[in-house]
Amino acid sequence: MKKIVFAASLCLLLCSSIVRAAEPYKVGAVFAVTGPAALLGEPERNTVMMLAEQINAAGGINGHPLEVIIEDTEGDEAKTVLKVKKLISSDKVAAIIGPTRSGTTMAAIPLVEKAQIPMISCAAAEDIVKPVKKWVFKTPQSDADAVRRIYEKMKEMKLTKAAVMSGTTGFGTAGRDQLKKLAPEYGITIVADETYGPKDTDMTAQLTKIKGTDAQAIINWEIVPAQTTVMKNKKQLGITIPLFQSHGFGNIKYAQDAGDAAESVLFPCGLLFAVDTLPDSNLQKPVLAAYRKAYEEKFKTDVSAFGGYAWDALSLVVEALRAVGPDSVKIRDYIEQKKNFVGVSGIFSYSAEDHCGLNKMSFAMLTIKDGKIVVAK
Amino acid sequence: MAIKRHLPLMLFGCAAAVLPLGLKDPYYLGILVFIGIFSIATMGLNLLMGYAGQISLGHAAFYALGAYATGLLTAKYNVHFLPALIAAIIVTAAIAYVIGIACLRLKGHYLAVATLAVGEIVFICLNAAVGFTGGPSGLAGIPSIEIGGFSFDSDFKFYYLVWAVFILLFILTANIINSRSGRALRCLHSSEIAAAAMGINVTKLKVQVFVLSAVYAALAGVLYGHSVTFISPQSSDLMFSVKLLTMIVVGGMGNLWGGVLGAALLTLLPEMLSAFHDYELIIYGSILLVIVMFLPDGLMGGFEALGNKIIRKVRARGRG
Repeated sequence: MKKIVFAASLCLLLCSSIVRAAEPYKVGAVFAVTGPAALLGEPERNTVMMLAEQINAAGGINGHPLEVIIEDTEGDEAKTVLKVKKLISSDKVAAIIGPTRSGTTMAAIPLVEKAQIPMISCAAAEDIVKPVKKWVFKTPQSDADAVRRIYEKMKEMKLTKAAVMSGTTGFGTAGRDQLKKLAPEYGITIVADETYGPKDTDMTAQLTKIKGTDAQAIINWEIVPAQTTVMKNKKQLGITIPLFQSHGFGNIKYAQDAGDAAESVLFPCGLLFAVDTLPDSNLQKPVLAAYRKAYEEKFKTDVSAFGGYAWDALSLVVEALRAVGPDSVKIRDYIEQKKNFVGVSGIFSYSAEDHCGLNKMSFAMLTIKDGKIVVAK
Repeated sequence: MAIKRHLPLMLFGCAAAVLPLGLKDPYYLGILVFIGIFSIATMGLNLLMGYAGQISLGHAAFYALGAYATGLLTAKYNVHFLPALIAAIIVTAAIAYVIGIACLRLKGHYLAVATLAVGEIVFICLNAAVGFTGGPSGLAGIPSIEIGGFSFDSDFKFYYLVWAVFILLFILTANIINSRSGRALRCLHSSEIAAAAMGINVTKLKVQVFVLSAVYAALAGVLYGHSVTFISPQSSDLMFSVKLLTMIVVGGMGNLWGGVLGAALLTLLPEMLSAFHDYELIIYGSILLVIVMFLPDGLMGGFEALGNKIIRKVRARGRG
């Protein structure tokens, strides 16, 4: 009897040491799960949890389970600093994905640069990767590329006079700068430049002013719900010139809120929403369809572009882990030379000069038809 | 008597000095640095609210002004830290003086609204002046604090800097409170009319304490900016002012240790509760609610009441 117990415990011990031999690969994630940016941070966290589950269910990474340590920044910079410090020094993660917002990313950059841990941000601002920081990458598309896409479309439609509207937020200000900077390149004149506060509930004044100009199109740049007001007010005032929205329009809820005022609004966005209308030859189609289906089944809610940013960030890190193991330096080098990585936000090709990895081809020009997002003709 | 009065601070100083020797982890040091920074800001606010009885919902503005002043001067104009610091203090004090003269004529809710507006104005200015402050995307690349060739470039060194500043300011504040001006402040708190009748120049005193507390907030902001090496307008928003206020209310208004305790609790609690994930906010909220409901004088007030109760009981038993 004693022998059996001894043998059994020896077996257990052996087994447990085998299990322990496959140490989990640790990746840190910092998202604004609560707080003012929760609409962005929550789908990001959900996506990461879902993806980690899928990977572990399929046997992990080279036999090692993936452990994603998710921390909530509340969108607060001081909190982000602490969370990133914790991930680096206490959890000893190999790489960090996030933060959600541009400000929190900027606050985290000095820490990861000093600790030499690769960080793949899910925030959009150009400042994050321009100038290039050795340890920092990002997955969302650049504002400049969205602007280029809009101007190309305007040229195609033979429109040369634009009225610009933007919110006084980080996103709105950055977009407005790019719109003004790139206009001459496409032979476009900006005939009106109006701004509004992110919490404003009426844009009639700005739109009336635009109505008085000879603008041929309105370009609106904002990420908060104020952008729905622009569409409603435009319809009320009977303005019929085309309206372009930014890629911040990438949530079907905004179109639904505006009802039929959202019809035929044009906006550049990742292909996620137009997956049903893509040809089968599209490289991204399988990735997009799988992500969308899994997400909507698991969380019973619509996908958003933000979750896609997190999907791309974690998938990149997982690929790197699979190729080079949990070595921060090698992970960074691997991501920097990564080419043609098919993600949700686009097809990424990073280089030593480009830590964004996407170009304007990652955007499609989309529109709203009968309350649904479709590719614009 | 003097030793007895300074004993808590001396013990605290010794504890603060040896604590990091056992805690080399930058995460824990980071938490302690933030507690120190928030303690400095709440100390000033406590002086204003707890002792002089004047409310301010705009202290985040001074915190941000301090951080931006030295941040801009050192990062963009290559000014040395010490001259930048002096400039930051002068600028904040001057702005606080002008605002103080205008706002401190108001009382109660009106004063709260006026200071709230000041915070909002600074917030909007920092956002709008894109070319100067970097706008909503913030100001990056603030260098480490360097004094006389010594650079506070690690969490370890920064910890000692922050807590040394804290202790110096604590001694200064404690001396103010126990001086003639301190008694005048408390008199002002109880009744402005009575204070004026006693020959106290009420307006002057209020403006003085407002400026002083703004400078404390600015100093905290300076330390924050140089420790994170990045600052954005977010640090001047209303939520931060409310956070400072909550720290004082929870820790104990009108007690210098209260601000420290509140700062420590509000910084540590979310970190410790993060293990509860989705329930974190519920637990955090409940704890704050319980403190405010059952300890209206804050934690320090509660401790004092408890201490007095025990002493009374011991005495009663001794007599009985």
